[in-house]
Amino acid sequence: MKTIYKRPEVFTDAVTTYCGGCGHGIVGKLIAELIDEMGLQDNGILVWPIGCSCLSDRYYKMDAYMALHGRAPAAATGIKRADPSKFVMVYQGDGDLASEGMAEIMHAAIRGEKFSVIFINNAIYGMTGGQVAPTTLMDQVASTAPYGRKADTCGFPVKMAELLANLPGVIYSERVTVNSPAHIAACKRALKKSFELQLEGKGMSFIEILSPCPTGWKVSPVKALDWIEEQAIQEYPLGVIKDVEKEDA
Amino acid sequence: MGEKVFMQGNQAMAESAIRAGCKLYFGYPITPSSEVPEYYAKAMRERPEEHITFIQAETEVSAFNMVAGAAATGHRAMTATSGPGFSLGQEAMSYMAAGDIPGVIVEVMRPGPGDADILAAQGDYFQAVKGGGHGDYNNLVLAPYSVQELCDLMQESFELAEKYHNPVILLSDATLAKMREAVELPGYVDEPAPADKYNALRGCGKDKEPHKVVTCGDGPVQWEQFNLKLQEKFKRIKDNEVRYETYNMDDADIILVAYGSMARVCESAMKMAREEGLKVGMIRPISLWPFPEKAFEGITGKKFLVCELSAGQMVEDVKLAVENKRDVSFFGKLGGTTPSPKVILEQIKKI
Amino acid sequence: MNIVKIDFDRCKECGYCIKFCPKGVLSKGTKVNKRGYYPPVVGEGCIACATCARVCPDTAISVFKEE
Repeated sequence: MKTIYKRPEVFTDAVTTYCGGCGHGIVGKLIAELIDEMGLQDNGILVWPIGCSCLSDRYYKMDAYMALHGRAPAAATGIKRADPSKFVMVYQGDGDLASEGMAEIMHAAIRGEKFSVIFINNAIYGMTGGQVAPTTLMDQVASTAPYGRKADTCGFPVKMAELLANLPGVIYSERVTVNSPAHIAACKRALKKSFELQLEGKGMSFIEILSPCPTGWKVSPVKALDWIEEQAIQEYPLGVIKDVEKEDA
Repeated sequence: MGEKVFMQGNQAMAESAIRAGCKLYFGYPITPSSEVPEYYAKAMRERPEEHITFIQAETEVSAFNMVAGAAATGHRAMTATSGPGFSLGQEAMSYMAAGDIPGVIVEVMRPGPGDADILAAQGDYFQAVKGGGHGDYNNLVLAPYSVQELCDLMQESFELAEKYHNPVILLSDATLAKMREAVELPGYVDEPAPADKYNALRGCGKDKEPHKVVTCGDGPVQWEQFNLKLQEKFKRIKDNEVRYETYNMDDADIILVAYGSMARVCESAMKMAREEGLKVGMIRPISLWPFPEKAFEGITGKKFLVCELSAGQMVEDVKLAVENKRDVSFFGKLGGTTPSPKVILEQIKKI
Repeated sequence: MNIVKIDFDRCKECGYCIKFCPKGVLSKGTKVNKRGYYPPVVGEGCIACATCARVCPDTAISVFKEE
């Protein structure tokens, strides 16, 4: 028998705390596959956020840093500046990156810190029970917007991939999703690109991933995939927003 | 080593940090600490062979977290700030204590509360010593009173932080920071390789146990154990790192208690008092946490006069140290004015 | 015959593998696992494309191809 697919080596045996159908699980798996394929265990430090994925250090046989809420890009700046030869991954959700940590991610991007940023956008605060996120869609219901997100107090959804693409320090910005096999494959290609750019010592890359949150959106996992297709992608279009290498060519 | 220079407190302290192997500085400008990042910024470009990295962070919140990240890799890192910035760093200091991270923080005190002013003050004793961050934790706090001590304690801060896997705060003030004194600069220090330090993040590979910084709990049973282990760490610091200096104690009737630049004023006042035949001594705490309670042990029949540039913060720890069984008076000055020794002398005479 | 191995207690019954299998090989199971979920059962006709393994958020599926 030939093995077509088995659990990546870098994974521990831990079962994740994620809900069934959670996008973190899919992305976490792609990260594990890439760590195995690209040999990043030797030299890698994973920086995790506060959010549903905060316990991710348990899932990988890797050095890890569970940052304070929002501070992952600052901590990662310290780690990467201390030893630029290390592979440093920053992984954050929408509360961590676009709210609490907005200053940190903006300035890491302004400085062009040479690490890979993975932004999990599920348009809601999962871990704390479904509150509004900066990326929540207009009129989308959340526990702190029970009648839906309204502009008078919540403003408008923020497109981080586009916002950061405006900064010269960001050399690559792409938005992907994981709601189908084809999209998952594209997500892996985007993550691989980001990791390669870091290994080449180039600059900050930013991969925004629209991620299903069945529990936060109060739908079944399969319906959550539809919601991404029908709602989320309309607000947050997929594609490469910035690729400095392509522009220079 | 051995070179005597006439140098400003902030700058001499920065030079000592570089010589202690601290090649990573992350910080936000704030008076009266800005000479420290400026010194590092210059050194980064002028001394490339030393591989210094200076990042001006966007906020103190970020700077403290950058220090935490860098120190977690075993590389020495520091920040310097003043009251408002130190307040912003409290969450990170709680985190570093919990995460066993050897970050070094210099606080150059200025008056508070609010934006306040920029001369010397000592109103941040509470937030440094009691810890303004959340949870049960302690930071080692050292209080120099001269440019020489700034330099010597700066180097020791890194060793102590690594010895105990805990943040160390060097508590300075605007006067110490800006004054120039003759100082013998410490030499360069040998330190272990970053990857060899306790729990350093280094990339574990297949054959090493992963190192992790995780300060998240897993239920009350686990979290109690985690905390008890931290308390053991703080107890070790308490048992081993008490520092203080005493002056003219044997026959003293009145004992001044002061630290930092106020201790310089009190030292002069004590000398003036002695010249007038008044029997005055002094206790100068150098470690503020752990507070040198044993300096006060067994002292009976004398009056204490605690002098601070604040409304009275360390005086509470003095009263605790004497179990409220002694005569403890307080003289404080608010707003950023440092009283002259004559003013202290008048206070001594009032007692 | 190609083999699809499902880690019974890891599955959280999200249904992605059933939805995306191009050959309809997987279907909802009737045995409950220790977490209270019903992992899928594997039928016939697997072509070892490993789509199920790739969409599974819990990496609960391994796929082996007959040589």
